[in-house]
Amino acid sequence: MSYFRAENLSLHFGGLKAVDSVSFAVEKGEILSIIGPNGAGKSSIFNLISRIYPPTHGKIFFEDQDITHQPAYDIAGLGIARTFQNIELFENATVLSNLLVGRHRHSTTSLWQELLFMPSVRASEKLHRRRVEQVIEFLDLEPYRDKLISGLPYGVRKVIELARALCSEPKLILLDEPSSGLNVEETDDMSFWIRDMKSELGITVLMVEHDMSLVNRVSDRVIALNYGKVLAMGSPSEVQSHPDVVAAYLGA
Amino acid sequence: MRFIFKTDYEDDIRLFPHSGYVWTYGTLLVLLAIAPFVLSSYIMSQLVFVCIYATVGVGLMILSGFTGQASLGHAAFLAIGAYTAAYLQQYNVPFPVYFLAAGLLTGVIGALVGFPALRLQGIYLVIATISFAFIVEEILARWESVTHGNEGMRVKTLSLFGLMIPRDSPSFYFLCLGFLILTIIGTLNLLRSPTGRAFIAIRDSETAARSMGVNVALYKVKSFAISAAITGFAGALFAHKLTFISPEMFTLLLSIEFIIVILIGGTFSLHGAVLGAIFLVMIDPFLTYLKDDMPGIISGSASALGASKATASNIQSSVAAFASANGLKGAIYGFIIVVFVLFEPLGLYGRWLKIKLFFQLFPLYKRATFKRQKIYVKSERNR
Repeated sequence: MSYFRAENLSLHFGGLKAVDSVSFAVEKGEILSIIGPNGAGKSSIFNLISRIYPPTHGKIFFEDQDITHQPAYDIAGLGIARTFQNIELFENATVLSNLLVGRHRHSTTSLWQELLFMPSVRASEKLHRRRVEQVIEFLDLEPYRDKLISGLPYGVRKVIELARALCSEPKLILLDEPSSGLNVEETDDMSFWIRDMKSELGITVLMVEHDMSLVNRVSDRVIALNYGKVLAMGSPSEVQSHPDVVAAYLGA
Repeated sequence: MRFIFKTDYEDDIRLFPHSGYVWTYGTLLVLLAIAPFVLSSYIMSQLVFVCIYATVGVGLMILSGFTGQASLGHAAFLAIGAYTAAYLQQYNVPFPVYFLAAGLLTGVIGALVGFPALRLQGIYLVIATISFAFIVEEILARWESVTHGNEGMRVKTLSLFGLMIPRDSPSFYFLCLGFLILTIIGTLNLLRSPTGRAFIAIRDSETAARSMGVNVALYKVKSFAISAAITGFAGALFAHKLTFISPEMFTLLLSIEFIIVILIGGTFSLHGAVLGAIFLVMIDPFLTYLKDDMPGIISGSASALGASKATASNIQSSVAAFASANGLKGAIYGFIIVVFVLFEPLGLYGRWLKIKLFFQLFPLYKRATFKRQKIYVKSERNR
């Protein structure tokens, strides 16, 4: 059985089939990229997995558990974290507290303990902080700890979003266009980090990406989508030379 | 300028980051402690109102400032707290019991209001909370067997463990001040733990909060409950301060006063709630001054400038008519809100931070430091 799989996943908005019977599987420890022209349904698949939209048909399984009907906030608890295409950070909070929100699924203290700030809360805060510091070190975010998000440039925000997802110690991470808006150098860093996430942290990665050089560098497998349907699946070079994919991008 | 050298994660957790804070707040506490023995009874009475308004302000700050849920229904929560206290006091329930009951009952009602509010955003939430406030006001006026309707209710002098605490005694002031301090400490504790961060996460991006594992609905209800409970506690103290409560004291205007408290003070800080409360309570003496002294002063200066006796008395009566016009208070409130939203969106506390930074960086302060940036990447799509 696969680690993560989607079966006949569909998302219809009235007559528009944003995602149309898509089935795919992600193996544990691999990096799987989803590519496709604009409007192909890539981000919609992510929104289905993280339960922002309920699917019209189909099922989603993670670690052999049906998660199709889990509430959205439970998805993180299962170990699936995500980033957003248009950066959804907590603007008026510091980098540190943004990252600490990433630790939310591990928090066990009750409201009463927190009101009195009991020793157990203090201890767990320090533990969370230690984990956050590991992520900060992993992604070189040391200079920004106490800065407000609203004052930071786009490239840094992108990394902080990745950091926040990593702080939840996910088993599967969904990256929605990790390199959009980044310059060549930042994209290089990103590709190192994605590979390190797989090799050092043992995280399975599912990503949507337009930058083919990044896709080629990091992916184990690639899925190409168009009009909500799977065009091709396989190694990066196989998919790129597939006639349907070429037709989708260049026109037949 | 002070540079803090952090060597321990504790440095980011503790309430007083460095000794400067301890000195400042210590001095403030000492000043507040000696205040009743130095200041006049009128100012002490105003200070008690500052404490009560600031407590409500902290409660509203949790809901509006930190969780991002607007509310114009806090006068109703205050009323529920006040009436619970007044009602239970009739049956000789001791103060600690009815004080707790006022807070807890209001908290439960706050949670119940929170449920329908889950599906509402922004202006719609404001409308929903206003209607809740009207419903409560109407119930207070109609449920005569409990609330005595529009006749109102008398509140007897507070007695704590057999000790009488009249409303203008220093003890009552210390009670209100003590509760305000406890509320602030509790709120600060909440803000440095997962719940407070979840509130802030919901304020800034519900989608992201949800995908980080925050149960948005649960935390919104929690925020409503905590905010209402604090307001309910304040209501019990408010009832004792006024000694008489009736439905027309808890109108929309009072809810707007609470909004002014957090808006003028500064929406993102607890300092703001206190500063805003001070500001608001100061408006009343200002209005009295406007009513009593302004007509005389203006007509006096007019006659000094050579106006005839008839014109001077004419001016005097028209200024007096203006100063005692109905709804002047509301107009002044509206004016203040507009001015602050336009020119000082960070409120009084924001202004204080700017002044502080000016002196810290002198002479290198840049005017653009606090300039608001336009943000082009924020998406509303995934709401």
